[in-house]
Amino acid sequence: MSEAVLSEQTKRVSYGDTRAKVLKLFNLGDTAFHILTKSCAVAVLVLLGGVIVSLIHGSAPALREFGLGFLTSQSWNPVTEKFGAAPAIYGTLVTSFIALLIAAPMGFGIAVFLTELCPYQLRRPVGIAVELLAGIPSIIYGIWGMFVLAPFLQEHVQPGLIAAFAGVPWLENVFSGPPYGIGIATASIILAIMILPLVSSISRDVFETVPPVLKEAAYGVGCTRWEVMRRIVAPYTGVGLVGGIMLALGRALGETMAVTFVIGNAHKISPSILGPGTTISATIANEFTEADGALYTSSLIALGLLLFVITFFVLAASRLLLARIQRQEGR
Amino acid sequence: MTESPAQETASPVPESETQPLPQQPVNPGAPAREALAGAALPLKMSVRNLDFFYGDNQALKSVNVPLYDRHATAFIGPSGCGKSTLLRVLNRMYDLYPGQRATGDVLLDGENVLDPKLDLNSLRARVGMVFQKPTPFPMTIYENIAFGVRLYENLGKADMDDRVEKALRGAAIWDEVKDKLNASGLSLSGGQQQRLCIARTVAIQPEVILFDEPCSALDPISTAKVEELIDELRNHYTIAIVTHNMQQAVRVSQYTAFMYLGEMVEFGETGQIFQTPRESRTQDYITGRFG
Repeated sequence: MSEAVLSEQTKRVSYGDTRAKVLKLFNLGDTAFHILTKSCAVAVLVLLGGVIVSLIHGSAPALREFGLGFLTSQSWNPVTEKFGAAPAIYGTLVTSFIALLIAAPMGFGIAVFLTELCPYQLRRPVGIAVELLAGIPSIIYGIWGMFVLAPFLQEHVQPGLIAAFAGVPWLENVFSGPPYGIGIATASIILAIMILPLVSSISRDVFETVPPVLKEAAYGVGCTRWEVMRRIVAPYTGVGLVGGIMLALGRALGETMAVTFVIGNAHKISPSILGPGTTISATIANEFTEADGALYTSSLIALGLLLFVITFFVLAASRLLLARIQRQEGR
Repeated sequence: MTESPAQETASPVPESETQPLPQQPVNPGAPAREALAGAALPLKMSVRNLDFFYGDNQALKSVNVPLYDRHATAFIGPSGCGKSTLLRVLNRMYDLYPGQRATGDVLLDGENVLDPKLDLNSLRARVGMVFQKPTPFPMTIYENIAFGVRLYENLGKADMDDRVEKALRGAAIWDEVKDKLNASGLSLSGGQQQRLCIARTVAIQPEVILFDEPCSALDPISTAKVEELIDELRNHYTIAIVTHNMQQAVRVSQYTAFMYLGEMVEFGETGQIFQTPRESRTQDYITGRFG
């Protein structure tokens, strides 16, 4: 009897021992896992910091030379080594803005159609077709824009626009000049096509997060589809929609290849959106290989830093906007 | 079991007005309506030989059921028996989804609800619905009510304020929200949200209100308030309520329909269904032997 108790105790002790070992092993694994995941997270921050530091370092010579004038100057002259970023900043913002102006309503429309109105059998095919647009490499948009869209706009659309707005105050200037085909407007249209899938697929996903019962409740008080979209789905999904637009804006701001093909690459601010211009990324892509002077290279890196800053502010603004909307909805 | 006393006082109903009923309807414990019941119990809605399909799957099989004007009818039965489906046919909510179809007749004041030419928006204004989960719209409490009203009527500010207050009072929530009408409807508690939804439904002055398990997401206190409210509402509206809670059916309804596997097994006055069910399946269900 006492022996039996004794052996039971030893068993328990040894069991306790192995358990402690096992636990220790687990603990070790846990710590390793913790360190591993933490270092992954830290690595991202280090990379981000590294990019910022090297951008600032690289652009320092140009910024020292031109100061704040770099932002406002319109000259871009490699021979005299006078560089200003104004045309590139202007082109970047204007093309992205016009692209959003075109793509956002179209994207919302596609999303509404796909989630609410489209016959069931057509939903998947149409949805996939729109998403395929996103899969087309941007260089192909560039080629298509240059050889198909630009000549088409030049021959059929731009002359009409110029004629239509001639004599209209202010708008006359916006749609003026010879129809080049390539220019700010064409780049904007290409950008709009490129970000359209992003806007529509994000807003479609967002629309699908609306609980069906909420929509039913709205239909239940007698709303039409338009009223349900306008008054229930849109406010309910406001946060997500703004997020989608901001993401699209981020993509448009940085888009390089297709824009480089069709924007005309002219370092000047033209009052007409039909005129040629440039964007930050197009300038960098076009000129980096031929930048010989230190100041030239540095100016291009400074442009990169500017793009970084602009994108940062877009994201920050979107966050602020989202926070405000969230407060409004009392969630 | 003997016949319930309610049955003995049953009053005759003209043939033309009634469905082939298992039971002469009467309304116990509602003296105000005694006169109405005595004259004739007008039919508000009437479901006749209704079949319903989800794709190839038949969810309702030749269902017949009457809804009497300004009375509450409870639909009970195990999950999946078609109660909610039936409710969703009554205001054509199923129309939103492809592949769902109904055949048969659903008459609202003699007009066929299933008629494809019927204006759905005005149908849903006449047949309001309150869902299982509270569904406040993403807007202020005031707007939650005013929104639905604005779809049908063009009211001035004062009239609208009036209507909103009346609706909120009608749903027994006015005292709780009167100081925060501009707060988001989503900021309310679950029970308050549900009463807000009832207020919203009442505000557009429907004729029939459908409740799809309105209390299943609520705590007992909120449930009691909503039940009290439903009992109150039946003075003005025809009510259909789906519930899994049999005590609730007894508390709020005058008629009860027991459904099982898509069939209408038994319909009758609530007291009769729960005291002297005619069908053994009804008996089994209400005594908890299945479902």
